[in-house]
Amino acid sequence: MVELKGVVKQYTRGRQQVNVLHGIDLSIADGDFVALMGPSGSGKTTLLNLIGGLDQPSAGTVEVAGRRLDQLSGTELAHWRAGHVGFVFQFYNLLPMLSAQRNVELPLLLTALSGAERRRRALIALELVGLAGRAKHRPSELSGGEEQRVAIARAVVSDPQLLVCDEPTGDLDRHTADEILALLQRLNRDHGKTIVMVTHDPKAADYARRQIHLDKGLLNGDLAA
Amino acid sequence: MKYLGLVLAGLMRHRSRSLLTLLSVMTAFVLFGLLDGVRTVFGEGTDTSGQDRLIVTSRLSIIQPLPYSQLARIEALDGVQEVAHANWFGGVYQDRRNFFPNIAVSANEWLATHPEIRLTAAEREAFLGTRTAALAGENLIERFGWKIGDRIPLEGTIFPNKSGSNTWTFDLVGVMRAGEDERSSFAGELIFRYDYFDEGRTQGQGTVGWYVVQLADPARSNEVAQAIDAMFVNSDAETKTQSEKEFNLAFAKQFGDIGLIVSAIMAAVFFTVLLVTGNTMAQGVRERVGDIAILKTLGFTGGAVCLLIVAEALLLLIVGGCAGLGLAALGLPALSRALRGQLPPLEVGPDTWLIGLAIMIGLGLVVGVPPAVGALRLKIVDALARA
Ligand SMILES: Nc1ncnc2c1ncn2[C@@H]1O[C@H](COP(=O)(O)OP(=O)(O)OP(=O)(O)O)[C@@H](O)[C@H]1O
Ligand SMILES: [Mg+2]
Repeated sequence: MVELKGVVKQYTRGRQQVNVLHGIDLSIADGDFVALMGPSGSGKTTLLNLIGGLDQPSAGTVEVAGRRLDQLSGTELAHWRAGHVGFVFQFYNLLPMLSAQRNVELPLLLTALSGAERRRRALIALELVGLAGRAKHRPSELSGGEEQRVAIARAVVSDPQLLVCDEPTGDLDRHTADEILALLQRLNRDHGKTIVMVTHDPKAADYARRQIHLDKGLLNGDLAA
Repeated sequence: MKYLGLVLAGLMRHRSRSLLTLLSVMTAFVLFGLLDGVRTVFGEGTDTSGQDRLIVTSRLSIIQPLPYSQLARIEALDGVQEVAHANWFGGVYQDRRNFFPNIAVSANEWLATHPEIRLTAAEREAFLGTRTAALAGENLIERFGWKIGDRIPLEGTIFPNKSGSNTWTFDLVGVMRAGEDERSSFAGELIFRYDYFDEGRTQGQGTVGWYVVQLADPARSNEVAQAIDAMFVNSDAETKTQSEKEFNLAFAKQFGDIGLIVSAIMAAVFFTVLLVTGNTMAQGVRERVGDIAILKTLGFTGGAVCLLIVAEALLLLIVGGCAGLGLAALGLPALSRALRGQLPPLEVGPDTWLIGLAIMIGLGLVVGVPPAVGALRLKIVDALARA
């Protein structure tokens, strides 16, 4: 599913070159659930963004679902993301003016589906995350855990094979975090989604099938859970 | 259309600010509609003015009198059918604020050269048969509640009366009406007989304010106009002959260049609108960097996000602008009525709508494109890190 070879990522900060990733080789199988761990600043988000096609590597190859992402233009990458990957972030990132259902519908606006079909699929996705009853609510009327469920519904509504999650439980209490993690696990087990999840929380990482550790831009150790 | 909800959501994020911006756009376009209506009327002269009529004034100034002796020579010219003459009287009815044009005219010839003035046979007879007779436009009748048979006193501000008082009294014998579907320039005017005027005034006898020349063939208007002016060149009273339309324009310009004034006011108004909407858009987009990053994350291309923002700006301008012009269209007839025929009927014409629409789209692009380009350039990872 994911094949990274010799991936290097540098940022230029003013005159200074900052090397964030120094030659990452990583392979993630279809249907896997990977927890990406490591200290703050080690480059986890940077790596996840490369896998999700939000950014391009400075060197090396990134192949996801059979496509060489490092060779795509910005527009091609946007089209690719729309069809192949769902995103879940720490702070949910819902549009505050739209209801839960309309937030979930957003990715479907890029398809040729009719309005009725978009609504139907959004409701199915909300049902999947257990929030069908809150379809008409705005994000401000939902709890953090509920907002994250809406975000997960949005991530799966167009049925991508890959989900990338950046600290999806970082802002939630233990109990709510466990509910969200169980939901992700269910999406992995029952729906076959490949998931890459960044987390600081060892308990969260235990939900994954595999844990990998990033330190100062290098992968070290690979534990199967 | 499916993106409309997204565009509206963008505007509704800061409801009160968007609403205030919409109101300011609307106000600007109400003003634009009203002023452009007025400008159009001044620019056009009047619809009823035939191209088959020429106006002869002094070359020096339109208020400089011409000798009556020119009349016969103009009449004798080839291509001239009829010549009327007139003089601006400038009389005041009761109060200076009651201003309306009142003009002394050579009765018979005036009616012959102005067939658009509809009179009954009785009115025509009375006007031609009574030395003190006057005709008033229908708006004037309504404005002052006059009836046929009334005696109308006017204070002569330019022309005192030989009797020693300044008051001239006229007998209202008829109402000047326009035909159906015709706009009239005379609805707010009063005309009376030149012979009564010329005998009554203390000075200037035998002079004329201007001549109205009815042409046998409108196609020859340029040729005849040149022939008239050529006839009096190097005389004591050189003339300037122009079409009625040009004359009306020149007349209006005595009061100032309306077009220029309107343009200056509108430039200032639209500049303000530009600042207000520009600020709304720039601020709105700055506050929504996170939203824009998310849309891009979900697979919206830079171009799509760009279009959403330009659409937002266009929506603000077009909804506000059309509402404003619509209000102006409703308001102008009322303004027209309040002016009681001092101007031809005012309206928001198709030209005004077209210019207005062009301004809306132009302003929308000017205020929408810069933040849209900003959104286009926005890098997702940077924006997400900031949010
Ligand atoms: N857009 C950027 N420009 C410059 N430097 C960046 C940029 N994004 C990240 N970095 C730097 O790269 C390094 C890795 O950042 P990254 O966000 O990937 O770390 P992380 O492992 O996700 O940390 P955290 O656990 O705190 O989220 C950091 O030193 C960060 O300052
Ligand atoms: Mg991070």
